Amino acid sequence: MESWQYKVFKVFNVTLLLFIVFVTLFPFINIVAQSFSSESYINAGEVSLWPKGFNFDTYEVIMSDTMFWINYKNTVIYTLVGTFISLVLSTMIAYPLSKTRLRGRRFLTLFFVFTMFFNGGLIPNYVLVTSLGFGNSLWAIVIPNAISVFNMLIMRTFFQNIPDELEEAAIMDGCNTFGILFKIILPLSKPIIATMMLFYAVAHWNSWFPAFIFFTDKELFPVSIYLRNMIKGAETALGAGATSADNMVQISANIKSVTMVLTVLPILLVYPYIQKYFVSGVMLGSVKG
Amino acid sequence: MEGVSKIRHNQLLKSGMWGSIKKDWQLYSLILLPVIYLIIFKYGPMFGNIIAFRRFMPGGSIIGEEWVGLQYFKMFLNDPTFYNVFANTFILAFLLLVITFPAPIIFALLLNELKNQLFKRFIQTASYLPHFFSVVVVAGMVFEILSLNGPVNSLLAGWGFEKISFMQLPEWFRTVFVSVDLWQGLGWGAILYLAALTGINDELYEAAKIDGANRWQQTMHITIPGLLPTIVVLLILNIGNFLQIGFEKVLLLYNPLTYETADVISTYVYRVGLESGSFSYGAAIGLFESIIGLILVLGANYLSKRITDNSLW
Repeated sequence: MESWQYKVFKVFNVTLLLFIVFVTLFPFINIVAQSFSSESYINAGEVSLWPKGFNFDTYEVIMSDTMFWINYKNTVIYTLVGTFISLVLSTMIAYPLSKTRLRGRRFLTLFFVFTMFFNGGLIPNYVLVTSLGFGNSLWAIVIPNAISVFNMLIMRTFFQNIPDELEEAAIMDGCNTFGILFKIILPLSKPIIATMMLFYAVAHWNSWFPAFIFFTDKELFPVSIYLRNMIKGAETALGAGATSADNMVQISANIKSVTMVLTVLPILLVYPYIQKYFVSGVMLGSVKG
Repeated sequence: MEGVSKIRHNQLLKSGMWGSIKKDWQLYSLILLPVIYLIIFKYGPMFGNIIAFRRFMPGGSIIGEEWVGLQYFKMFLNDPTFYNVFANTFILAFLLLVITFPAPIIFALLLNELKNQLFKRFIQTASYLPHFFSVVVVAGMVFEILSLNGPVNSLLAGWGFEKISFMQLPEWFRTVFVSVDLWQGLGWGAILYLAALTGINDELYEAAKIDGANRWQQTMHITIPGLLPTIVVLLILNIGNFLQIGFEKVLLLYNPLTYETADVISTYVYRVGLESGSFSYGAAIGLFESIIGLILVLGANYLSKRITDNSLW
């Protein structure tokens, strides 16, 4: 019963969507292919979807760079500490705000939500963090952005949907608020905790700007700054138009792709598992606002 | 059970604010730390903007040394670069609004026409992926893909065109930036619309079919109106962030050769404030930007409430 127009559209639609997927994945596949290719083929612009002159040499070069490992280890530490702090603070605010009986709940929510639309701006933030003496320390990157109000609202919505009866039964059994939170609410909230953990962990893993402005000590850089300096360094050489340095720029093209692959590797490894959590988390927070 | 909550509720009504704090002191004590955090790290910098009106010396007092009034605001109104970055910001923001805002809606509508669930899920899963990449990695990929020996230029050369050094030419920056934004956000942006699509009542489609509506008419008269509330809410949110167009992305993608079209207010604030150390001047421009952002989101919300009955608050 379908019109011929709709059949034509369906063919067009599938083709278009496949094309979009191809374009979406291409840059990444290209980087992976480059990372295993030899420089001469990259130079000639022959590497697109499949490595040419397959080798692991560049991986060995990067892996033997101690600074890369120090920075990589830093990223792991910053992600772990940052995620933990973010999770604890978000729970501490989301849980009380989920209680409709709480006086001042509307005001407190507004107090948090307002920061989504208005912020102090780069310069006052910078002045604050440096005058607190956070420069060149872990705190400069895990504290100032610890709470995401958006994530907190998603969490609050989840807590709100836990039936009040459970809590009232616990009160009858002589449980206090902390007891309820730890013994009843949190065990029931594993899906949302997992979602938040992933949201925050990815954000901390991908973060570079705070480290970029607050850190001068190379040993403290996260791997994203290691990569950033590599990209910007090579780009500057290119911008200067140094033809004699062409070879060097190309070697670094290869090194850059290896660093990029290693930087996104943890995200890729967990992606198949996290993707459904992310999606349901976002929907949870938005549909029920 | 209901009796218990009723008693508690009545008790609350009788006691005042102090009574409820006493009753729920444990809940309030949980809130305390996050609120202090918020006051210091979110509201603190808002008040820190006072340095836009005072002369601030790095290493000196956190609120600046002396009042200078609107001197820094007059300064940027007389600064030719300011007008350039202001225009760049608006042009980029406008391009994002007309291209990367509607794209996920169209993408969601196209996905919605797929009947094969497995195929649909494959496309969705693949389309989210770039959203999880760090901006640094994204910038790295952009430089690689668009380099003179990269795939795009190889393709151009293969078709007999001249190679283009995309990242060095100001006339290409906007195209590159919008494309990257589209590439990274298309799939992720579609999630909420797909969720809204599943919420549309199937009976509406059945009724329309009986009335003889074809697929296109169903889309125009049922699907699009069904998506409208979601579209409006996201549009307001988008307008609120109108001026803060991917600050980190611009910072990573631009260079002095492309400043002409790439430099936006926030990157200018960064260069003036942190690179040149003119903190007060940078804060003044930043404050101006934040206030415009706030006015835009309040205005969009107000308009939407009046016109479509949808609003964020």
